[in-house]
Amino acid sequence: MTARIETPAQALADPTCRQALVELLFQLADDDLVLGHRDSEWVGLAPHIEEDVAFASIAQDEVGHAAAYYGLLVDLGEAESADALAYSRPPDAWRCALLLERPNGPGHYLENPQFDWGYTIARHYLYDLFEMVRLEALVESAYLPLAQLAAKVRREERYHLLHMETWVKRLARHSSVSRARLQAGLEKAWVDLYGLFSLGPEGPAMAALGLLPGGRDRLWQTWRERAQTLFAEAGLPWPGDPSPVMLDGRAGRHSADLEALLGPLTEVYRLDPTARW
Amino acid sequence: MPDDYRQYLIRLIAMHGISEIMGALPEKEWVPRAPTLHRKLAILAKVQDELGHGQLLLRVAEDLVAPLGMNREDLLNGLFQGTIHFHNVFHMPAPTWADAGIIGWLVDGAAIITQGMLAQGSYAPYCRALERIIAEESFHIQHGESICIALAEGTRAQRQMLQEALNRWWEPLIFFFGPPPKSELTKHQDLGLMYRLRNKTNEELRQRFFHKYVPRIQALGLTIPDPNLRLDKETNTWHYTQPDWSKFKAILRNEGPMSRARLTLRHSAWEQNRWVREVLSTRAAVAV
Repeated sequence: MTARIETPAQALADPTCRQALVELLFQLADDDLVLGHRDSEWVGLAPHIEEDVAFASIAQDEVGHAAAYYGLLVDLGEAESADALAYSRPPDAWRCALLLERPNGPGHYLENPQFDWGYTIARHYLYDLFEMVRLEALVESAYLPLAQLAAKVRREERYHLLHMETWVKRLARHSSVSRARLQAGLEKAWVDLYGLFSLGPEGPAMAALGLLPGGRDRLWQTWRERAQTLFAEAGLPWPGDPSPVMLDGRAGRHSADLEALLGPLTEVYRLDPTARW
Repeated sequence: MPDDYRQYLIRLIAMHGISEIMGALPEKEWVPRAPTLHRKLAILAKVQDELGHGQLLLRVAEDLVAPLGMNREDLLNGLFQGTIHFHNVFHMPAPTWADAGIIGWLVDGAAIITQGMLAQGSYAPYCRALERIIAEESFHIQHGESICIALAEGTRAQRQMLQEALNRWWEPLIFFFGPPPKSELTKHQDLGLMYRLRNKTNEELRQRFFHKYVPRIQALGLTIPDPNLRLDKETNTWHYTQPDWSKFKAILRNEGPMSRARLTLRHSAWEQNRWVREVLSTRAAVAV
């Protein structure tokens, strides 16, 4: 039985708890902001207009959730504002998984983008299912402000998952072309999949303190069971358990893709970080 | 309906719908770069609205072209082939964050003036779509104005960025409403007036824009880049420097500064993702 932590002051009173909680919140916020950024790069370039509207909406949800998690970090005294956290950290302070920082495909969003819809859907589905499983654990978090936020976020994420599941089934079963594109996307995403389930060096403390009930084992087992169900429904072969990755984003070790993403993300802010924008 | 009425409507509504879609591109350039989380959410919501307007209007246009054996794909192809134009303002570059502010505030401000008139027109399906569009556009103006106010009240460099953006956008804003009367370009306007699809001339709309926005722009401490701009109080008419209307005509031929780049961006994405649209529009090999 873990102790309930109802306020930031209570969390700050125990250094072990503070450290694990801060790491967890950065993982949550950074995952969402980085994927929201990738989603926003699609806007105006999606395969059809309805999907453009959908991706703009999904990107908003992701960025909004990130802002809310950063807000909890501000309450814990990590920075003056959510913006300072989103816009002024060096790459090694980011805790997103590598899967989320990968580009949507070759090219730049402003110039000759050759974005890959098969990969985009594969990555988003794998992450949205992970996020749902993580949120289901977080609604039982010992840290009350996080449990309450998770309950709110879960209501919106349900629709993302539904959207991506629909695409996966559709692409898998429509034709050999669409199936091959989806499978290529899944294969590419699978390379980074292991890192999604890493909780970094503080993982054991997150589970022990009940901040993320069940820890990595619960996330992985629940995720695998549900993903396998959908793969079977869609007639997709199970690619097998993912192999460990060299770089653990949860430990602040990232690919060059994150640095390339942070360039545009912080471009205007960096002109004058002290200005009001 | 009379053939020329239908043709006028197709031209008007398809151009409007396509312009909403192409209009998402200059602002979308700034979505990944928006300087705060709040601004990022706001500009994302705005771009989503524009794309949503595009969808709403293309649905109206699709109904009008259906008896001619055409569909949405044909309308988009019309854009790529240069037979359907997109609005002159969206051919312009948006090189700084301040441009995103000016677009939201003044381009949408100009748009709402035109759309307010069009919403009183004779074709009800278009008017109903416009009612919803106008309601959303009024939020866009506040969003753009809020960006501009923050810059105007900000540092010297921020104010300069805003002034330079206004300098860039002033001429496109004069172009926005189309050429003044007695121009070879206004025949199309006359048909619109005859069919009660519009009840004001280009010049009347432009004057309305001046009345509403010149004082507001000046209130922010900005200088409007036209030394001849002045209000004749007796006639309540604004005098302004006539821009070079041949430039306007060139833009409509897709010869504006960003015409080719934006068309190429949209077209290549459209072609690269053709396979995805086929997934949606053709029957599955296996039941889903």
